[in-house]
Amino acid sequence: MTNTTDTSTAGAPPRADGRTARRRPQFRELGVLLAVVLLIAATWLHNPGFLSSQGVRDLFLGATVLAVLAVGQAMVLITKNVDLSVGSVMGLSAFGTGLLFVTLPGLPVPVAMLAGIGIGLVCGLANGLLVTSVQVPSLVVTLGTLYAYRGLNHWWAGGGQVNAHDMPAAFLALGRISVLGVPLPAAIAIAVVAVVGFYLARYRSGRELYAIGSNADAARLSGIPAARRVMVAFTVNGALAGLAGVLFAARYGTVDSTVGTGMELQVVAAAVVGGVAIAGGVGTVYGAALGAVLLTTITAALPIWQINQFWQQAVVGALILAAIGLDRLLALRTARKLRGGGARGA
Amino acid sequence: MDPAEVPPPLALVDVTKSFGSVRALRGLSLALNSGEIHALVGENGAGKSTLVKTIAGVHRPDGGQVLVDGRPTEFAAPVDAQNAGIAVIYQEPTLFPDLSVAENIFVGRQPRTRLRTIDRARMRRETEEVFTRLGVDMDPDRPARGLSIADQQLVEIAKALTRQARVLVMDEPTAALSGVEAERLFTVARTLRDGGAALLFISHRFDEVFSLCDRITVVRDGAFVSCDPTADLDVDTVVRRMVGREVTSLYPKEDAEHGETVLEVEGLTRHGVFADVSFSVRAGEIVALAGLVGAGRSEVIRAVFGVDRYDAGSVRLAGKRLAPGKPKASMAAGIALVPEDRRQQGLVMESSIERNATATRRWPLSRLGLLRPGAERAFAREWGERLNLKFGDLADSVSTLSGGNQQKVVLAKWLSTEPRVLFVDEPTRGIDVGTKAEVHRLLSTLAGRGLAIVMVSSELPEVLGMADRVLVMHEGRITAELDRAEADEESVMYAATGQRPSEAA
Repeated sequence: MTNTTDTSTAGAPPRADGRTARRRPQFRELGVLLAVVLLIAATWLHNPGFLSSQGVRDLFLGATVLAVLAVGQAMVLITKNVDLSVGSVMGLSAFGTGLLFVTLPGLPVPVAMLAGIGIGLVCGLANGLLVTSVQVPSLVVTLGTLYAYRGLNHWWAGGGQVNAHDMPAAFLALGRISVLGVPLPAAIAIAVVAVVGFYLARYRSGRELYAIGSNADAARLSGIPAARRVMVAFTVNGALAGLAGVLFAARYGTVDSTVGTGMELQVVAAAVVGGVAIAGGVGTVYGAALGAVLLTTITAALPIWQINQFWQQAVVGALILAAIGLDRLLALRTARKLRGGGARGA
Repeated sequence: MDPAEVPPPLALVDVTKSFGSVRALRGLSLALNSGEIHALVGENGAGKSTLVKTIAGVHRPDGGQVLVDGRPTEFAAPVDAQNAGIAVIYQEPTLFPDLSVAENIFVGRQPRTRLRTIDRARMRRETEEVFTRLGVDMDPDRPARGLSIADQQLVEIAKALTRQARVLVMDEPTAALSGVEAERLFTVARTLRDGGAALLFISHRFDEVFSLCDRITVVRDGAFVSCDPTADLDVDTVVRRMVGREVTSLYPKEDAEHGETVLEVEGLTRHGVFADVSFSVRAGEIVALAGLVGAGRSEVIRAVFGVDRYDAGSVRLAGKRLAPGKPKASMAAGIALVPEDRRQQGLVMESSIERNATATRRWPLSRLGLLRPGAERAFAREWGERLNLKFGDLADSVSTLSGGNQQKVVLAKWLSTEPRVLFVDEPTRGIDVGTKAEVHRLLSTLAGRGLAIVMVSSELPEVLGMADRVLVMHEGRITAELDRAEADEESVMYAATGQRPSEAA
């Protein structure tokens, strides 16, 4: 069946022109964006101080760490896995970076940052190796490494902490540098979102992550090297958690061995709110990052509405349930629509 | 070109494959020629699926050779078979529901731009081209989720076309298709054949096989029987070759007194699954539901039992109408169902033998809502003895038992409810010969004590050896009701494939 079949059309009818839109708009991501915009606008109307230059800066910096983590987590979730150890990895990287400045005072800032990312990368690689070689669900494996990495951090720190005056001024000033009016850490986060988003959408290996999460058996039959791809997803996620740790250290200056505790669930929440399905195969890193922004904005906006901070968790919980409910509703609607719209051939 | 000079694109020589003690393929040979549609027919369990998976590179043969263009080749993984130009379309297509149709066709080999990014415009264009060639109108950008089986198969065929596959294997592609959809598939298949592809077509529908295929290979019990041009064959010959063996006297059927009618099913219909199914069973009678896999037999008994709903019709037990969709009520009324897949549906594999055997008797064995372990154990021991169960300890998990003994535990679980009607679905699937006979003897004894038994079985010898009456289903309808005297392999096979001897071409 080479070129000989080119001319035959097996009795094809003329093609219908009135097809559905070529590009399916990303309704889901737009919804989250709309929620963020509405929330910011309403809070600003309520109290214009919310959008002062300091307020905007705080908003940016607050969302940075969570967004970077959410991007990595989205990659893992898309392959139908999950990484619960990101909070611990971030803590290890933050503490490691700080300690490096204490031990080697003259160290150039970019080298220390790379070292922090490297710590995360190694942790992520270990997660990936465990998940793909032991064939144990990633939920269990990373629950184990969550505690293992945290324990390592406690042992390493020995109850001590690294203070801001141990860190070079150039490192702490990262948050004050602006790129086109955006604080540098936030700019880094935006770049990460753009790069990973482009990779997932436009590269074979990126699309294969979706394929693996969508139907693992079919992926195997199609010859996709699933184990290698999943390992890469975990490693990249670890490196991004490392980057988040570095950004955290730069912003707060003081790090001890508890940095990032409990962060993993916030990250998963951000990704889910942003439309990344726990069941795999669905979602974008843009959505995950927007989910992170939404969660951060809620945290920042609640005091302005004079709502007790204690309500924050309840609000986030309600948001997750609403997001899942919405996804289910949309899925049912599309399913109904698609069922009628198959091929209408000869 | 002289066909003798060109080796066939794919040939199997003396291929053998065993799974444990089951020999699925025993020296099977097959050659697929370019420009030819080759049919593979055989009974359920004749080894067709194993053969397909061997060609696809999913199974590795234990012995024999796979020849690609005359050269011996080993497929270590499905990818190797694909690279050799072989495409397999399974009965249930394997698509990625979340990816677009175009991506499904090109997954792993998307056209790329110079920057190694995916060239979406080209991918879409090539998808549209291949759909035009196939005469299909489908949006390349829509997700695969929600496509009908027919459309999913067309996507798989498009995938094969863009891979430049030279060998296309279709495993019962029409089983889930309507007449129009099947006709469209055949048009595509003929076009591919005329373009020089070698096709292997597996089907139970003789009308399709005879109208579409150029050559028919018959397999039986994992071995080659015959291979002839379609023009030299007729349906009668093929059916004879498919069954062609003696009914063994392995079946210890006792003659039982048939009492009054216990179960009456009338006009039972579930849209798209089965239609207008009516039958009755008398006490002491064994009725077999025969037919090919997918004919709707299991679905009928599941609906009668109440696990699945039905759209029309009625079920009466001893004259009293049973409420639809209520398995609990059915159990209380005296119906028991031993399901087809005992590992998934019949047992809790990790749980102990005694827990499994007493699963239907929780209330009678408990006091104040708490189970009494002593009573549980005594009860399980009693049934174990009755059914001649071979076990180490009653507290061992069921997964330690052999298939036959697992089936006995399922039987114990249901027989202990003292049913009046027992449904058994494929009672001896995956059970060794010795235990098989034991299960048969047990069923026969139960019928002798006045139990009404409805047995779904895909094994013709079992059907013919055990049943007092055989109901044959074909595509959701009962096509024949045969007495023990009239039922033989050929009459059942004709009805199961929707043919009549007189219609044979």
